[in-house]
Amino acid sequence: MAVFTIENIELAGIAACVPKQIARTEDYVHISEQERKMFTFGTGIESRRLAPEEICTSDLCFAAAQELMKDMQISAEDIDVLIFVSQSPDYFLPATSILLQERLGCSKRTMAFDINLGCSGYVYGMAVISNLVSLPGFRNGLLLCGDKSSFSASPTDKSTYPLFGDAGTATLIRRKEKAPALYFNLQSDGGGWESIIIRGGGTRERFNANSLEKKVIEPGIERSACDVELNGVEVFNFSLREVKPNVIELIEYAGKDIAEIDFLVMHQANKLMNESVRKKLNFPKEKTPYSIREFGNTSSASIPLTMVTELKQPLESGKRQLLLSGFGVGYSWGSILVETDKIIVSELVEI
Amino acid sequence: MIEIKEFTSLLEAEFEDIQPGTLTPEMHYREITDFSSMHALIIIAFIDHQFDVLLKGEDLKKANTIADLYYIVQEKTKQ
Repeated sequence: MAVFTIENIELAGIAACVPKQIARTEDYVHISEQERKMFTFGTGIESRRLAPEEICTSDLCFAAAQELMKDMQISAEDIDVLIFVSQSPDYFLPATSILLQERLGCSKRTMAFDINLGCSGYVYGMAVISNLVSLPGFRNGLLLCGDKSSFSASPTDKSTYPLFGDAGTATLIRRKEKAPALYFNLQSDGGGWESIIIRGGGTRERFNANSLEKKVIEPGIERSACDVELNGVEVFNFSLREVKPNVIELIEYAGKDIAEIDFLVMHQANKLMNESVRKKLNFPKEKTPYSIREFGNTSSASIPLTMVTELKQPLESGKRQLLLSGFGVGYSWGSILVETDKIIVSELVEI
Repeated sequence: MIEIKEFTSLLEAEFEDIQPGTLTPEMHYREITDFSSMHALIIIAFIDHQFDVLLKGEDLKKANTIADLYYIVQEKTKQ
């Protein structure tokens, strides 16, 4: 059972980067005006950012990392471990984290590796990097999370294309003796592997002459084997079923009361789903920030992006108890209880 | 469990784009104008919130009318 505590580390700073290019739901003419209204009513998404051809997830994370290191006055050489969490790497191989190690100017003594997770990626990435940085000898860890989801969403698939936005983020974890403990509860259920999936282009279904052929699945949903497919009803059912018990178990394990929590920052899946989870937890609306209206579902970047765009002032000004919860593709989900204390939050970077 | 008429009007109130009095228990819910997967999610969220019953995709597939949804919920709340 993956419920655990990590001590002697602090979440010290956070930054996020999005592409400049804005795509508005009202301009998505693949569906009717009525459908667009219904989509925005349900998901809460009015616009999102889309990266052009030449910008990859690593570029967004690189820009966020540079901004964060500048604001924190920390040198790339002081980074002992760099983790890149994404499902849109630059290449099959080598791992994108290693390209970023060199590009950021980190030393060759830096440990760098990738984690392949989506919506739960921030929570998992935090768990892995915190565990490493808590070890004696480590000083700083740089966690880079994000996705260029637009890369694999078919423009003629109404169930995915208007949902996902692109973003990259950077979080700095620092070793600090006697810092308040972080609590984690991480879970997985491979029974849901087909609910969000890109079937083609991997080793199970090798890229071939037909991989890019668009097929009509149902009215409004046309995609190829290399495009992401999403079973919204099943993912919705999963989230309503699993997120609340995961969070409740974590709070009980940590010996906290839900009333002590200043902010619940959820993966920005869709507004209806998140609001349903919030109501099930009886958690106050005013303590539940959203970035989904402006940026859409930004995969593993959504939790830190929401902290940057919605919580900069409160996070910079004092101690805050945060409950972070990520859930989705896999299925994979988890939550963190973390106390922050006047952390550095960089201004949103746009490239 | 509430009456089917109340169930129908409560569900109707969840859809921002429907005129009051449009939905009836006999109505096929997929025939709601411009029915999309978002309507399906709203139905799931409504039933979960009101009755603490979580419908799966297969439950929705089995149901055609609003009354079918009502009876599925009724059956599941008995369990």
